[in-house]
Amino acid sequence: MPDATGLELIAQRVREKVGDEAVTGTVFHRRHATLDVAPPSVRDVLAHLRDDEGEPWDQLMSVHGVDYLPEEPRLGIHYELLSMERADRLNVRTRVSTEEPHVPTVVDLYPTADFHEREVFDMFGVVFDGHPDMRRILMPEDYEGYPQRRDFPMGGEPVIYTFNEPKLPRWYD
Amino acid sequence: MEVTRTKVEGDLRVRQLKAQQLLRGELEGEDLEREVEQRLLFTRFEVAQNWARKNALFPLGFGLACCAIEMITVIGSPRNDLSRFGAEVTRFSPRQADLLILSGRVSIKMAPIIRRLYDQMLEPKWVIAMGACSSTAGMFNNYAVVQGADKFMPVDVYVPGCPPRPEALIYGIMKLQDKIMGNPGMGWRERYRAEGTEEIA
Amino acid sequence: MTEALDVPYRERERSVTMQSIGEEHDELLTINIGPHHPATHGVLRLLTTLEGEIVRDVKPIIGYVHTGIEKSCEDQQYWKVIPFVERMDYLSYYFNAMAFCMAVERLLDEEVPERAQWLRVIHLELNRIASHLFWIATGSLDIGAITMLWWGCRDRDLALDLFEMSGGQRFHTRYFQVGGVVEDIPPGFEEMTRRFIKTMRVRIPQYLSLLDRNEIWLQRTKGTGIVPAEDLLAFGVTGPLLRAAGHPWDLRKATPYSGYENFDFNVPVGTVGDNYDRFRVRVDEMLESLKIIEQALDGLPEGPYITTNRKVALPPRHELATSMEALIHHFKLVTEGFRVPPGETYAAVESPRGELGCYVLADGSAKPARVHVRDPSFVNLQALPEMARGHLLADFITCIAMLDPILGGVDR
Repeated sequence: MPDATGLELIAQRVREKVGDEAVTGTVFHRRHATLDVAPPSVRDVLAHLRDDEGEPWDQLMSVHGVDYLPEEPRLGIHYELLSMERADRLNVRTRVSTEEPHVPTVVDLYPTADFHEREVFDMFGVVFDGHPDMRRILMPEDYEGYPQRRDFPMGGEPVIYTFNEPKLPRWYD
Repeated sequence: MEVTRTKVEGDLRVRQLKAQQLLRGELEGEDLEREVEQRLLFTRFEVAQNWARKNALFPLGFGLACCAIEMITVIGSPRNDLSRFGAEVTRFSPRQADLLILSGRVSIKMAPIIRRLYDQMLEPKWVIAMGACSSTAGMFNNYAVVQGADKFMPVDVYVPGCPPRPEALIYGIMKLQDKIMGNPGMGWRERYRAEGTEEIA
Repeated sequence: MTEALDVPYRERERSVTMQSIGEEHDELLTINIGPHHPATHGVLRLLTTLEGEIVRDVKPIIGYVHTGIEKSCEDQQYWKVIPFVERMDYLSYYFNAMAFCMAVERLLDEEVPERAQWLRVIHLELNRIASHLFWIATGSLDIGAITMLWWGCRDRDLALDLFEMSGGQRFHTRYFQVGGVVEDIPPGFEEMTRRFIKTMRVRIPQYLSLLDRNEIWLQRTKGTGIVPAEDLLAFGVTGPLLRAAGHPWDLRKATPYSGYENFDFNVPVGTVGDNYDRFRVRVDEMLESLKIIEQALDGLPEGPYITTNRKVALPPRHELATSMEALIHHFKLVTEGFRVPPGETYAAVESPRGELGCYVLADGSAKPARVHVRDPSFVNLQALPEMARGHLLADFITCIAMLDPILGGVDR
């Protein structure tokens, strides 16, 4: 991990190169460095982090979504970057709300993001603009709802114990 | 299996000589009748048919998740292997198989495909729900797993475990063999003399 | 027409050549190598576009084993999440648990005792060997060398016996807990493991003598499925696939975790990146794992096998009779579970298929708010179209076999 000061330097360089409104904050917790960016500039920030000579973050390991339900904006998308020369990891995070869940895609920069972005769309409903094949990947294609949001019910069946056995409908009713 | 049989007389060498003569067609008349009678088994046709079916089950090569690894261990490992029951031939086409071992969790996307496979199999066919995830949903009480394979297809034997040991799967197959023969063990009902308490659906 | 029939049959046959169906023939056939297929290593659906026998395009369709594990984990206490996470990549179960435990220990800022770290390394490497044995068993079955199925399953049973000795179950033992391992190894484990190492050191060269000098195997695997290392890196592929292409990236050496820096082992790297290199890299990895296990057994330190922090790990049973705090801790841990201060982190381990990472978001309660596992097979599957393009259908099956996808991890 870059330590706290390294993270601040990265944030400063991104602000200089990409723009001041791109970076909205940094978080360094338990040796895990997170760079908060605004949703419209995600692609530019990742392009800078990959192509700039001082920035060695050339591998994207994972794109995953998180639902921070009580906090707004609700949906977060994390880009987990890896640098193989320095054996270092950096996390880039954006937050979008459920009313406007659009984020530019990074498939042209990192082809590995293809399946990852489809999964985030499937599970959380975040639409990645510019993705060649924005379809559901894990759930059936005609499924409605975004399962991994916090307010989506868990599903399944109630477990039958002796105290609720008479009250639950059985298959022979 | 009900059989009626009379004992063949004589010690081993005499019996062997008589059998040799019988096969070569050298016996005549009364000798022939007596030798043939001593080697006959009498049983009902259904019993013989069931005996043949149970000893030559063809499992469909079908594995979904972790239980599939244990199933491949049962079929492929020399320690517990299914060949001793004559069931080592896994056919991959459902038209040629008669035993479907549902090994693994059944997700809602896969359920119609399994149903189609089951429909394609020819009668007589049996289904073993291997593992907790296909019998009930196991630990996955959520939106993505069908809560038990018997929601959409009939199941004959349930094998619990997560994943069940290979010995447990072999015990399940032996129970299926008993069921094919027509006398499924009554289990605890035998021990507690509770005949008549079965639920017939 | 009658004149043509006067010509003898053999001559008529010889005049029909396939030249008219040549390179310009553009008829593409899209077939569905469906979820139920002997060679797809699980329920993977491949929409294959063929021109004759040559694969032009492949679209993998996944989701047939999607179990909603990540959503279920949000409803369970942290130690109850471990069996759920173990069932994702169902051949390398210890690695899943390890990634999750590493993430939670980082959030708790918890130190794992040294004996627990070395025990974890022993079990991880044994699981790596078991996973590679199963891969070579089923991979060879796909390619046609069916004897390897029996041999691989036979030796895998020996490794699973060791797991049964230490963890009580062959598969999905909940042996790794947050803070260490659940129980110390029983007496006799070390001797059986040494015997296992000796047996494997004899048997792995037997596998090589069966496969490596087999003309059919060499012709099927050499020169097929070549993807250059830069393309693999763009696809995010890690693990033996990347190492076979010549790029030496192994998380055990690059970012050592859980005491891997104490062991002396090599990382096999291939040259060309074809299926033969992938096969050799994995077989050599098995030999290296044997070395690591031997060193770990030789130098296993004494000490506690789980962290002594009673707020995280259960106290030993004998203390419950004498100490009131131990009783209260036991009660709180079993009913409510330990609480993790808010934060999020990502921890990665080197699983037999690549980088297995686990992201945990904690919100201060006893249940995680989000658990996401970055599964290596999910990412490696994106390289399959690249690997298969331009190859015959039979080579495509070899590519899938050497790619080693595990659909439980792909679909989660």
